[in-house]
Amino acid sequence: MILFTNVTKEYARSGTALSNVSFHVARGEFVFLTGPSGSGKSTILKLVYMDELPTDGEVRVSGINSHEIRRAEIPKLRRKLGIVFQDFRLLEDRTAEANVAFALEVTGAPRNLIPNKVASLLSRVGLASKGTAYPRELSGGEQQRVAIARALANDPLVLVADEPTGNLDDRATRGVFQLLREINAAGTAVLMATHDLELIRRTDFRTIEINRGQVVFDSAVDKRRLPAGRGGEVRP
Amino acid sequence: MKLATREVAIALRQAPLLSALSVVTIAFSLFAFGLFGLVAVNLRRTLDKVEERVEIRAFVADDTPVEQIADAAAAVEKYPEVAKVDIVTQDQALERAKREMGEFSDVFEGSFLPASIELRLKEGHRDPATVKKVAERLKSYDFVDDVRYGEEWVEKLYRLRNIAGAAGAILGLAFAAVAVIIIGATIRMAVLARSREISIMRLVGATDAFVRFPFLIDGFLKGVLGGTLALLLTWSASRIISRYFVETTFFDARYALLGVLFGALIGLLGSAFSVGRHLRRV
Repeated sequence: MILFTNVTKEYARSGTALSNVSFHVARGEFVFLTGPSGSGKSTILKLVYMDELPTDGEVRVSGINSHEIRRAEIPKLRRKLGIVFQDFRLLEDRTAEANVAFALEVTGAPRNLIPNKVASLLSRVGLASKGTAYPRELSGGEQQRVAIARALANDPLVLVADEPTGNLDDRATRGVFQLLREINAAGTAVLMATHDLELIRRTDFRTIEINRGQVVFDSAVDKRRLPAGRGGEVRP
Repeated sequence: MKLATREVAIALRQAPLLSALSVVTIAFSLFAFGLFGLVAVNLRRTLDKVEERVEIRAFVADDTPVEQIADAAAAVEKYPEVAKVDIVTQDQALERAKREMGEFSDVFEGSFLPASIELRLKEGHRDPATVKKVAERLKSYDFVDDVRYGEEWVEKLYRLRNIAGAAGAILGLAFAAVAVIIIGATIRMAVLARSREISIMRLVGATDAFVRFPFLIDGFLKGVLGGTLALLLTWSASRIISRYFVETTFFDARYALLGVLFGALIGLLGSAFSVGRHLRRV
């Protein structure tokens, strides 16, 4: 599903963001990506949805290769992915329904099918009654649910979530995380970047830890658990 | 198309002031260009009028039979460069001289002025070389004593026309370039104001063409509105100048339409360029 092979990413100004990173995420898997700020988590996610391309090595997502992809093919890749951010990235001047419908409209979904699909997506994230609300009228947790509904609009193979609970309180965090688990249980792979070690410890999902641009721990390979102390460090 | 139109409506509703600013900027940039055009058109028209007065006079010997003059005039009329030929008899020459002298008209007695063949040249054939060539041909008639055409004056007029043409082209290009740059910058502001929306569109899988299309419609509409407003402003300026300063000619319908189309084209290209540049960066 997602395959990183010896991926290095360098930026002209800030230097090396990732160095020789390799991992594989299988279909339907739930994977946490953790590590301190600036460790390279977001860069990995950007490489997944090909907002960035590797300087060296290869990224392969759902059969699409970073070496061969042309700019015009990137939208096709993104329609196979759902992307969620910490800051929700909703269109503030449109209702929850319109935000979700937007993702369907840009991909050319039949117009007559859109209202039902939107209603079913909002219902799935627990916001059936909030379709006509504008983002500013919703709580942080609700806004993130709208963003998740939008990410699910095109039935993605993978949900890529960059700190989706970073702006939420504990209760909203639990709710959003539970929703992501349900989505995963229904067959969609989830790749979630997070700082929240408590969240990671509560489950048995695979965890990849990144530090200074390198994979320093992968629970699929190394069976040690993440420490209870400092965020993102592996017990020696 | 329906979706793109909706996106344009949303953009207009979202930032009405910015949209109005774009239209006004396009209008004033094109207004400056239009004022320059107005000056150029009127200068050109004045020069054309002066040029129409370029005339060649071939004075004929006193004893030349009228039939011979008439035959020559008929032959001259067939020259491709010639627009109009008139025969001025000795009597007509005297009458004209008297008319031109006004109160001193009684100084003339008897038909001592020579008869002449007077001709005007067609537009495009009034340059010094052609005028001289036609004058030389007239001189070749035995009965023609002298040919006058204000050689120096024709050359000065021709030079003035060339200078006006070159200055017009350069200034016109400069005005057009300034208009394009200002309009481009305004449209870029509109694109940047919607950069968040563009990034969201791209994240959910919109193609570049899908993102670009509403901006193209937006730019085209603003260009048409700005162009129309500029045309109204230029027309008003032309009326005011005509009323209080000097009679001016306004552009004909074809040029007026071209002005609006120019606005539309700048709006369209400005949008295409700005959004294209933005898309390459995100």
